[in-house]
Amino acid sequence: MISLTIPYWGQSILRVVGGAVAVLLPAGTIVYLFLFKMMSFMQSRLGPMEAGPYGSMQLFAEVGKWLQKEDIVPEKADRVIFKMAPIIVLVSTFLLVAVVPFGPDAYFTQFDAGVFYMLAVSSVSVLGILIAGWSSANKYSLLGGLRAAGQLIAYELPMVLAVVGVVIQAGTMNLQSIVLEQNGGSMFGWDGLGNPYILTQFIGFAVFMIAVQAELTQTPFDMPIAESELVSGYMTEYSGFRFLMFFIAEFATAGVFSLIASVLFLGGWGIPFSWFGWTSVDSIDNWMNVVGPLIMFTKMMGLVFLIMWVRFSYPRFREDQLQRFAWKVLIPVSLVNIMVTAILKVAF
Amino acid sequence: MSVETVSGSLGLGDRQKLAYIASQAADARLNVELETEGMTLNIGPQHPATHGTLRIICRLDGEQVVWAEPSAGYMHRGYEKLTEVRTFPQVTSLVNRIDWLGSFANEVPFILAAEKLMGIEAPPRAQHIRTILFELSRIANVSLFLGDLGVQMGAVTPVFMAFRDREYVLNLIEGATGGRFHPNFDRIGGLKDDLPKGWIDETRGVMRKLRNFCDEIETLLFGNEIFQARMRGIGVIPKDIGLQYGLSGANLRASGVDYDLRRDQHLPMAWDKVDWKVWTHPDGDSFARCWIRLMETRESTLIVDRLLDTIPSGAIMAKVPRIIKVPEGEAWVSTENPLGEMGYYVVSKGDLGPFRVKIRSASFNNISIVPWVLRGVLVPDIITILASLYFILGDIDR
Repeated sequence: MISLTIPYWGQSILRVVGGAVAVLLPAGTIVYLFLFKMMSFMQSRLGPMEAGPYGSMQLFAEVGKWLQKEDIVPEKADRVIFKMAPIIVLVSTFLLVAVVPFGPDAYFTQFDAGVFYMLAVSSVSVLGILIAGWSSANKYSLLGGLRAAGQLIAYELPMVLAVVGVVIQAGTMNLQSIVLEQNGGSMFGWDGLGNPYILTQFIGFAVFMIAVQAELTQTPFDMPIAESELVSGYMTEYSGFRFLMFFIAEFATAGVFSLIASVLFLGGWGIPFSWFGWTSVDSIDNWMNVVGPLIMFTKMMGLVFLIMWVRFSYPRFREDQLQRFAWKVLIPVSLVNIMVTAILKVAF
Repeated sequence: MSVETVSGSLGLGDRQKLAYIASQAADARLNVELETEGMTLNIGPQHPATHGTLRIICRLDGEQVVWAEPSAGYMHRGYEKLTEVRTFPQVTSLVNRIDWLGSFANEVPFILAAEKLMGIEAPPRAQHIRTILFELSRIANVSLFLGDLGVQMGAVTPVFMAFRDREYVLNLIEGATGGRFHPNFDRIGGLKDDLPKGWIDETRGVMRKLRNFCDEIETLLFGNEIFQARMRGIGVIPKDIGLQYGLSGANLRASGVDYDLRRDQHLPMAWDKVDWKVWTHPDGDSFARCWIRLMETRESTLIVDRLLDTIPSGAIMAKVPRIIKVPEGEAWVSTENPLGEMGYYVVSKGDLGPFRVKIRSASFNNISIVPWVLRGVLVPDIITILASLYFILGDIDR
């Protein structure tokens, strides 16, 4: 047994790097393959078949292809900003993973303002998209970037409001505590399923998933990309590995938001604690650190499937219809949800 | 200029009118202050929504179109001129490249015009098979439109369904004519060959599949709330405006004009041998145009089924001389092609080839309404309106 004494900051860095390598890379590959196969079967075709057995190496083939391509910067573009934009978008995605708990001890960081941090970091990507659209010196990119900014700001609000319901019910903003609350809780004295918030906060869950769809700029909310009108919106001028960054960010963000949704609404890494007689976080068996991430992963796949299912079967809204939907439907609904939650919280 | 001089020069004594003018002037000044700089956006020639090389020049105010004009000609191939150096039988291989999705339908009006000049008529069996292939090419054309409609609006799944089921129709066309895209099967006086064995039964099965495809598209796309919100009330073309701009086909029928050349004129074809319905829609908006095409695809499958039931036996070629010389004269024949009215005005001087051919292709007239219908719409609506007007680039630039 090697015993090492690592300072706290060292542990944090190790956890983040280890997490990125151990979780994100295999997860990305599997999610990517799963999505492409699923979407292909929905569209009555086989999908990738050539790269590796059953097309399993498709992601590596595509990444390899993009890395070979020339990194083109348009002549009139603002070079520094143009090159920076995809990095900002990607970083905002990876920063999100930092607060997601994967098991009783398997987490990168854990702090009390976890929900707040998550919501704050997720809106950094707006900045990346906006400057990508502006610095490209392309009319289509400009339209796409402005649409994206308007849309992401409009949908940030229902997302926050949807999460507020969960925070009220759990009484904490720490994501780990929210997981513990759900799995250790009980419904009317019956603890066979714990108390996943999807049951009590179903409206919040629906609003959250719709807002996630809009945050990801996926159909039916993909006006910023809108490949049939704006060519590719803010991504039009990007090629090579900078396009790859946007592309990875798109799929990775879908995965990360699904992780967060499963933490907030589906009980995260946990299984109902009553099954094994656990009472507190210290009494949880150590094997949950291995099984927890797998449970988490399964839930994430389910939610990503939901997101992509909607993506591949819906046409897109128009810009004004989208704004109307956010301000006139989602926000009032989530405000009512918060009020009802608060009243019930006080009543019970 | 003082108030007195304004009222004096305009001859207005009424204080109310003066107040009105003053408020108008104030509004105008405010508008000048708030006015944002316009932007010219070139949609095309290379743009995914123009499926080809059409260029639409738009002046935008924000996302609103102030002024729009289509600019065609990026794919002009000079077919009208090329026909003058071809013999009559050779022309079919040129003209079936005009609307490349429904290519057999392009051959028919030209052949009919040539037959009209020569005073011959194809035997009944040939007329029947011509009509069946004509309707098959309409189905192949419009089913791709129905799938592409989804892609234009961001739904990627319908297009794969369209390609899957369109493949069956192309297989049928290939089975009968030997060519999937460019059959070149029509001859003056009849057809090149008879139908192959087993083709009729195969066709019945495929028509069933196509009706299922129409149901699928109707539920997946036309029943979708977002699709309806994007399409209904957008790009409305009133009846009289549609007629003035020379629209034809489904675009005109969607505006409530009951006009279908298959029914309204008597050609040596088999449409009047069976019962079928001409669909019209009173609204004239994008949704109506798409809906009409969906219903017509369904109707076409029924027409094919009924024609297969009544197909007569006999020769497929009339008696024509080995070297075809068309007598001197002029003839105009137009048919209801998948995209609208397509016609050929053929002038012959008694030679082996035509002296002059004027092609009236449907899409060219259909996009002439673009400046009118795009004025004041938003950028996303440009795409749905263009998609619903449905043009094929080859049909615009002949």
